[in-house]
Amino acid sequence: MLDLHGYGPRLLEGAGVTLQLAVLSLALAILLGLATASARMSRGWLLQRLATLYTTVIRGVPDLVLMMLLFFGGQMALNVITDALYDRFGVDWYVNLNAFAAGVITIGFIFGAYMGETFRGAFMAVDAGQIEAGKAYGMSPWLVFRRIRFPQMMRHALPGISNNWMVLLKTTALVSVIGLSDMVRVAAEASRATHEPFTFLLPVAAAYLLIASVSEWLFAWLQKRYNIGFGGH
Amino acid sequence: MDVLTTWFHDLMAGNAIFTAQTIGYYWDGLVTTTQLVFLSLVIGLVLAVPLAIGRSSDRRWISLPIYVYTYVFRGTPLLIQLYIIYYGVVFFDGIQETFLWPMLREAFYPALIAFTLNTAAYTTEIFRGAIKATARGEIEAARAYGMSDSLMMRRIILPSAFRRALPAYGNEVIFMLHASAIASVVTLMDLTGAARFIYARYYAPFEAFLFVAAIYLCLTFAILYFFRWLEKRLLAHLRPQS
Amino acid sequence: MKKLLTISILGAALAAGTAQARDYDHVRIGVDVPYEPMEYRGADGELTGFDIELGNALCAEIGVTCEWIEQEWDGIIPGLLARNYDAIMSSMSINDERRQTVLFSDSYITIPGAWFAPEGSELSEINEETLSGKSIGVQRGTTYDSYATDSYGRIATVNRYSTADDMVLDLQAQRLDIVFLEYVVGQATLLQSDEGDYHVVGEMVTEPAEYFGEGFGIAFRQRDEALAKRFNEALATLKADGTYDEIHERYFGEE
Repeated sequence: MLDLHGYGPRLLEGAGVTLQLAVLSLALAILLGLATASARMSRGWLLQRLATLYTTVIRGVPDLVLMMLLFFGGQMALNVITDALYDRFGVDWYVNLNAFAAGVITIGFIFGAYMGETFRGAFMAVDAGQIEAGKAYGMSPWLVFRRIRFPQMMRHALPGISNNWMVLLKTTALVSVIGLSDMVRVAAEASRATHEPFTFLLPVAAAYLLIASVSEWLFAWLQKRYNIGFGGH
Repeated sequence: MDVLTTWFHDLMAGNAIFTAQTIGYYWDGLVTTTQLVFLSLVIGLVLAVPLAIGRSSDRRWISLPIYVYTYVFRGTPLLIQLYIIYYGVVFFDGIQETFLWPMLREAFYPALIAFTLNTAAYTTEIFRGAIKATARGEIEAARAYGMSDSLMMRRIILPSAFRRALPAYGNEVIFMLHASAIASVVTLMDLTGAARFIYARYYAPFEAFLFVAAIYLCLTFAILYFFRWLEKRLLAHLRPQS
Repeated sequence: MKKLLTISILGAALAAGTAQARDYDHVRIGVDVPYEPMEYRGADGELTGFDIELGNALCAEIGVTCEWIEQEWDGIIPGLLARNYDAIMSSMSINDERRQTVLFSDSYITIPGAWFAPEGSELSEINEETLSGKSIGVQRGTTYDSYATDSYGRIATVNRYSTADDMVLDLQAQRLDIVFLEYVVGQATLLQSDEGDYHVVGEMVTEPAEYFGEGFGIAFRQRDEALAKRFNEALATLKADGTYDEIHERYFGEE
């Protein structure tokens, strides 16, 4: 049996951190992605430009650099705000951007840009005739979105979401560099302390493969659900 | 020229962070990043072509091991692969006495190995997809001409697969550039390593990281435009005739 | 203004912020662990070391409660500015570069730096000639990093590590020829280690003053002058009543 030198519980905790981080970032990324896609398809000139700027810049800079910028720099920026509040108004509180929050925000922010592209393509793939049919039935715009555009869009967006999720999952490993104890960091620490890198790094690699395989299966199931009525797939 | 040097001098004098010395670190970092990314991409590409052909093979004893390799390297974070190789090589007893050690001792080569294996895995899958998408008609035509399998691979399937793979491969190049930022965790002074050093010394996260982000952005755009240009040239025959 | 407040509050909700009073009855101190014997975990897992014991004694003297918060070195000053803690007591050398960012207490100890090499190393003294082409290990962002980079960065490779542990591992793996760090830390982690033999190369390093000259101090945010003053007064008291000497003797023996 694998001898983890007592690091077993911490590794499990680390795996929990990795999963929480990945799921929360995904949720944020989907929200940002929907917002970006709507902005890019909106008629507002400024909104369009902003959304384009966001997706271009984010996709042009390495995740790790963005993460460090936000983790180290974001806090300083927040401090300028809270210090000003204190000096001028005596409002005394501060915001503590911990490594976990910085991780979720950065990863969510990065993948929001990718999700934006995914959703934009998917919204455009929805048959305009269906939307018109919905309107003709007297549905409100919200109802059209909920009943027609969203479910139809999801059918086209799922492969892209699944892809982004797989990349996002691996990106979470980077938080170990900014000091968050995810499973990669615990494994690296344990390898150094015990001088047995393979004992810790290989099981963690296997854990990533396991999570990836389970999610692949989950996405296949979802895809099947959203494809109901389109036969053949 | 004089105007330029005075301007440069004034600019440098105005701040404590962007001195000639720190600019030098960024420059060295740019050189390291470029070398690392370029070499791993070239070697990875050379590895990926035969691997992709093997992966498309009907013989399972050839295609299965390659599938396992790409699955593992694409399914796990590059950071773990880098750790395993960087820390792992040291624990082979006596590695320090072999002829390999002068290379493996430097952080550059373990990083190069990890990056190469990683990009080769992704590129293999990209090429496999492109090979699989070869039009049936092309294959049948080649057969009708009496081409052997290897000749057909060389003359028909690979050239058209390369062209089809181009957009996806361009993405992979950008991905690799961005992924290379983790080289700094194993002491390499690449672009990100330079930024981390300058940040740790002057506690100036915005200057250190925004500057380096801008460099990466420029590099990304350069790659993007290069591949667009390449696509335009190589895929000219696929564009609708006007 | 309203907008700014809304944004900040939104940020607070996102980042799970907490309010903190500015007149201290509870002081959080940032520390980079392990750095034996200055700060490390004993066999029982409890935080201990010279800094920790002196810090606790200072807090007791002032009449505040102390909480130690672990932070890796390269983020330790940003962490202070970010109010993740209120002070840093982590073998931090006082120098002008840092003084621009933080406020230092009076120096509470002076410990020299030293070069450590494995047994059998050909290095017997430290100068530009002997170090030429060698790889030097330092902890990123320390005074040792700045000094090694400025003095030997052109002729040797300087490898920077996030933690002292990483650095020692690469020295053992023979990736590094020599490391440069605080003498007492090298003594605890290298000279007294079971894995391999190490020795000090050359002299103890206490010069030049712009890097090492002023000893270690407790760092505060620049606005917290009152807090720094309380620590300085307490330090003077502990030095006068013998508490300081007693702690010093426990870690470093008789002078």
